[in-house]
Amino acid sequence: MDSHFEKKFKDLYKIDENGIYILEQTFLKAAIKCLKEEDNFHFLADITAIDYYKYNKPMPSRFAVVYLLRDTEFKNLIKLKVFVEEEDGDLHVESISDLFFSANWAEREVWDQYGIKFLNHPNLKRVLNHKEFDGHPLRKDYPITKGQLCTKTDDLMDEMIPRLEQKGYKSHDDLMFLNLGPAHPASHGTIRTFVALDGENIISAVSEIGYLHRGFEKSCENHTYNQIIPYTDRLNYCSAILNNTAFAHTVEGMLNVTVPERAQFIRVIIGELSRIIDHLVCLAAGLVDMGALTNYWYLYNPREAVYDLLSKLTGARLTNSYMRIGGVAHDFYDGFENDLQDCIKSIEKGMGDALSLVEHNRIFHDRTQNIGVINAQDAINKGFTGPNLRASGVAYDLRKTNPYYFYESFDFDIAVGSVGDVYDRLMVRFEEIRQSIRIIKQAMKVLPGGEIVVNDRAISFPKKEDVYNNIEGLMNQFKLVYEGVKVPKGEFYRAIEAGNGELGFFIVSDGSGTPYKLKVRPPCFPAMSALPDLLEGGMVADSVLSLGSLNIVAGELDR
Amino acid sequence: MNEIAIIIETVIKAVVVLAVVAGMAAFATFIERKVLAYMQRRLGPMNVGPHGILQLAADGIKLFTKEDIIPQNAVKPIFKIAPVIAPATAFTAMAAIPFFPEFTVFGYTVTPIISDINVGVLFIMGVASVGMYAPLLAGMSSTNKWALLGAARTVIALLSFEVVSGLALLAPLMLIGSLSLIDINDFQNGGFSSWLVWQQPLAFLLFAIAGFAETNRTPFDLIEYEAEIVSGYATDYSGMRWGLFFIGEYANMITVAFLVSIIFLGGYNPFWIIPGAIMILIKISAFIFLFLWVRAAWPHVRPDQMMWLCWKVLMPLALVNILITGIVLI
Repeated sequence: MDSHFEKKFKDLYKIDENGIYILEQTFLKAAIKCLKEEDNFHFLADITAIDYYKYNKPMPSRFAVVYLLRDTEFKNLIKLKVFVEEEDGDLHVESISDLFFSANWAEREVWDQYGIKFLNHPNLKRVLNHKEFDGHPLRKDYPITKGQLCTKTDDLMDEMIPRLEQKGYKSHDDLMFLNLGPAHPASHGTIRTFVALDGENIISAVSEIGYLHRGFEKSCENHTYNQIIPYTDRLNYCSAILNNTAFAHTVEGMLNVTVPERAQFIRVIIGELSRIIDHLVCLAAGLVDMGALTNYWYLYNPREAVYDLLSKLTGARLTNSYMRIGGVAHDFYDGFENDLQDCIKSIEKGMGDALSLVEHNRIFHDRTQNIGVINAQDAINKGFTGPNLRASGVAYDLRKTNPYYFYESFDFDIAVGSVGDVYDRLMVRFEEIRQSIRIIKQAMKVLPGGEIVVNDRAISFPKKEDVYNNIEGLMNQFKLVYEGVKVPKGEFYRAIEAGNGELGFFIVSDGSGTPYKLKVRPPCFPAMSALPDLLEGGMVADSVLSLGSLNIVAGELDR
Repeated sequence: MNEIAIIIETVIKAVVVLAVVAGMAAFATFIERKVLAYMQRRLGPMNVGPHGILQLAADGIKLFTKEDIIPQNAVKPIFKIAPVIAPATAFTAMAAIPFFPEFTVFGYTVTPIISDINVGVLFIMGVASVGMYAPLLAGMSSTNKWALLGAARTVIALLSFEVVSGLALLAPLMLIGSLSLIDINDFQNGGFSSWLVWQQPLAFLLFAIAGFAETNRTPFDLIEYEAEIVSGYATDYSGMRWGLFFIGEYANMITVAFLVSIIFLGGYNPFWIIPGAIMILIKISAFIFLFLWVRAAWPHVRPDQMMWLCWKVLMPLALVNILITGIVLI
């Protein structure tokens, strides 16, 4: 890379063996600013921290903060790392939330999980854990078994009052405060949005998440790589297969193996099917939220057909756990192709019926157009990815910009919107279902034969008859189950295009069978942080649609 | 002697109307579930009785035996009385509706109307609009913010659309020159072509739209739409008190269906070889089916869009309609 950043900070950084740029803390903000303004790295994918307390290699300091940025073409990813020294019993880094909106919540999460303070952050408080929570759970000296009982609800007035003051409301006697959620019929999971209403107009909104936080990342640090796969099912439970794939794909990247071609095609076919059901859920729920009840069944019946197919193939309906590190769990069964064709037919029919009900319906247009608008620039700044970003007119799709699994060889289009409103977000999803069907059809045509798991004793399980009949097989199985797949030391980030956007895993391995640290980049998280801005100025009825159209899935949002 | 006979007859009629319409309202909920189910490619209630027909009884038992919860901070007398207002006004409004043509039983002529008052239409509209107090008081006494929002939505919706339905009816009433529904029905006894809908298509359309709004049907079912305001004014209600709102709502649907049939669609006049009684049943069934069909097909509007539609589109159209009718009459 020959960039302004490299010229300007020539002697101030060094690149470690993982390809991560290591910077001094004092230059961090200037470096990120330079990357953003001169090298067009406008997209902050994620911020996370690493606690090297128990790492088996000496490091300059116990904590490090990692920044992942993408450029405007979304082809290049740059990883920055700063080591954080303790100063007067405090850990702190300069906040970059004034440069990137998405840094706001990402930094709050780092503070919450690791206890690293961000200087000049506008509102540094916990985001996933409860406000009464004591300690920072992802620190290595926090025992995984130490549960805490938290009882008080956050009234969120500390965030609400400044927002109201910004809007010129000095007193709030005339406003009605209302909790939309966490237990609201349209909150799509346990998501709380706290709004200040004038009549039914939303003057100001604040959202609180974490109701479904179950310490996914802490659990991962205490399980072997193969044991994590069922956990990933529960991230975005609408498309479990894609989460499996994203995780397996990242670990395979660290192991530096390429899965057999047949397994790659199986991942594409089942993954696209998964993307379709993910979109179907979003569309069906979004349309029901505006009272278009019938669409729910038109769109959910095909989803049910896909679930029948998936349960036949994987043995589970919702939480499939179908991927394995190095391949997939089972090959297609006999007659899979016919079942798949029936599924696709029912999807096309259901989608056609639903579209014919709403596509030219004036009420539907009035309810969705110019509601919850976010323009392209804001969407990038706020860390949107996937259909939500494409609806704003940015043609960013990891399947096109950073192709994996032969996606470059398939003929498909990226659906983009123009305005970035609820209408675009829904319509982009309708179109993506069509494109996914195209991909599935092409992939089925050229589906190669062969193995479905890499033939490597250190990665994949031996055949069952070997396990039962000879000692080598038994030992092999035992070692893999007991110790896990040994992943080489390193720090690695890889992402795939999941139903909601860029689903990435940042994994730090210490060479053992369990990840030293694992961080998910859930596509919902940045979208959720932008929700209050989308709601303000709208009405209660719009808020439900805006939330639905972003397709926030609490499972991956709260982890 | 004669007066006592009239009183007895009226009481019997009132009891019959109450029983039959309450039954019809309950049956309408079953039909709604079935019709919606078939439009949505599912079966609807199937397990209780043949094709789920006894689901009605099951629901009734459930509603009657469910615990009646009264929130601690609610204004208790109002909270308790509010649900009664809904069915009470809905059934009172039916006093002036002629359900069927006159018929003779054992040499005794029965007019199937509880009271043929000369301002029938006015009476129905007036009493029906009192029904608005049910959701309003329920919402305001519940001390629940969702209920309050629901109550506010109810008032804006019903008050505004009453203006439209009133103005829409004015034009046909100018043609007829009477407010009695029997007179209105008799005005259209000249066969299919004498139906008022041909002379007043716009008024028919406006009245039908207002009917959707006043009975809280899609696309105007805003006052208790689950995804937005949980359950609106009924959020804190349970058991039979909640059920009373529903009976009132469905009774209102039937009233509107009767009004549309009698005022615009030729009422209970016989048609071809079909007797009048069957004819009006067909008409109200068709109109109720329309309610259900629209619910299955359309999303619903936002409160401000509903107000825009009412005050900026429908009301001016109604006024224009009256003006044109007036000019034609002169």
